Amino acid sequence: MFRLLNLELQKLLLNRTSKILIFVSFILPFFVILLSSLKINVFGFFTLELGELGVFNFPIIWHLTTFFASQFKFFFAIVVVSMIGNEYSNKTLKQNLIDGLSKKEFILSKFYTIVFFSLVSTVLIALISLCIGLYYSSYNEFSIIVQQTNFLLAYFIKLVGFFSLCLFFGMLVKRSAFALAFLFILYILEWIIFGLITWQSDHHFAEKIQNFFPLKAMYKLIDQPFQRIAMSKFPEKSELVYDYAVHGYEMVIVLGWTALFVFLSYRLLKQRDL
Amino acid sequence: MESILTINNLTKKFGSLIAVNNLSFTIKKGNVYGILGPNGSGKSTTLGIVLNVVNKTEGNFSWFDGNTSTHDALKKVGAIIERPNFYPYMTAEQNLKLVCKIKGVDYGKITEKLEIVGLLERKDSKFKTYSLGMKQRLAIASALLNDPEILILDEPTNGLDPQGIHQIREIIKQIAAQGTTILLASHLLDEVEKVCSHVVVLRKGVKLYSGRVDEMISSHGFFELKCNNQEALVEVLESSNMFGNIKVTGDLVTAFLNEPMKSDDFNKFLFDKGIVLTHLVQRKESLEEQFLKLTDNQKN
Repeated sequence: MFRLLNLELQKLLLNRTSKILIFVSFILPFFVILLSSLKINVFGFFTLELGELGVFNFPIIWHLTTFFASQFKFFFAIVVVSMIGNEYSNKTLKQNLIDGLSKKEFILSKFYTIVFFSLVSTVLIALISLCIGLYYSSYNEFSIIVQQTNFLLAYFIKLVGFFSLCLFFGMLVKRSAFALAFLFILYILEWIIFGLITWQSDHHFAEKIQNFFPLKAMYKLIDQPFQRIAMSKFPEKSELVYDYAVHGYEMVIVLGWTALFVFLSYRLLKQRDL
Repeated sequence: MESILTINNLTKKFGSLIAVNNLSFTIKKGNVYGILGPNGSGKSTTLGIVLNVVNKTEGNFSWFDGNTSTHDALKKVGAIIERPNFYPYMTAEQNLKLVCKIKGVDYGKITEKLEIVGLLERKDSKFKTYSLGMKQRLAIASALLNDPEILILDEPTNGLDPQGIHQIREIIKQIAAQGTTILLASHLLDEVEKVCSHVVVLRKGVKLYSGRVDEMISSHGFFELKCNNQEALVEVLESSNMFGNIKVTGDLVTAFLNEPMKSDDFNKFLFDKGIVLTHLVQRKESLEEQFLKLTDNQKN
């Protein structure tokens, strides 16, 4: 396993473009969260300090940081599709197989890399959230800090799932740009199907079905936190109440998709003549 | 002799096109094999199948003793297919390190193999800055990293300039001299003739011949003769049953042997008949002549 990971890391880290993109996809969210936690003096008119709003309180901070950090996953998605696209365009995939890598090992080396970077990203987010939280949070009891850390798990699964989808599209179309286009098409397709089901039956039912679609299922893992923040500000407004928790079944759906995408990538490679 | 690769009734179809048709042959250790055939005769497809990059339609093949999985066997094989494929943004050394990781070979081999192909001083240059000849030599270095039991080369001199072709051939000869089994696919007959001891001849995916180069056609060679009294010479040759076809072109007489005969015996025989030669050369058909004969025979 480490041999395969090592192999892929060499391919990625010696490539300047992917190195920059990896750097951006990890460091950017890190800085955005860090900056937002600082006291910002807006031209001397007033001081903006998000910490004062209580958004950096445990356990809500887990929800907030993982939600924002996951918006930056697109940068690494480019790395994932290009690491497949480059193997095809340089014909190095063929050479790797001739050199004695099996097709299964090839897919696994890509998948391990995805898991590795998702893990690194999760650990980074966990650390920064913990630091900011310890600094700002009004509650510092251990039992409160560890509450809702399942957002971190959800974040990890969300990344692995999304990048596995990119891996599959990369294998399917062999070219990075087209793979990203497919991602966009899938996004639109999910909404079209959602619209069609709403039209044929009702909104509630359509939403239930939509939650099973890959992109929506990944998005649903970490719901938007704004409503929750508003909810904590106005606890008396009952129309704000919504289900923001991370559910086990949501994880199972995404894990299911992940397994399917990795398996399909393998099947595709196995049946292809290079 | 130990067999390295056994192919049994291998068939590959691309849609309705049959690229490889029921092909069988065996590669034995220590020989230098050529796969000969015109473009599109299924050479590269056959190599692609045994190298795990093309899926076979029917039949089977086995590496070494037959108990090794293909991708494990490939770790003991060195192969270059068509064009050299490396990561353009890595240096030669980094590319070779990657191959070492795949094959599970020690990094120490890198310097040694770069030395053989004469690229040691350019080891820190990026692959994309290399000329085609250098790329091809790097590919050979990469294929040699694991000290392979068999080296597979698919058109290794394709697209190179004469100097590059010469360099590659010298390297191949060097490797062959060390006793490494080589499988060389080419449509360049003189290339195969210069280095190979055995050939497999393919046409349209069908095997026409496999065996030793010198036994490809059951022929005993021919004499090229010149004589001041040509008419008498032709008469003697025609009256003897040792010769089949006798061809006269200008002052040169070509006589094809029906049975083996040494040139000194032949010279003596003619001398006894009162014929004195001014020119005597004993030759075998070149591989090209044999190849054309073989492919022509199959057409008729």
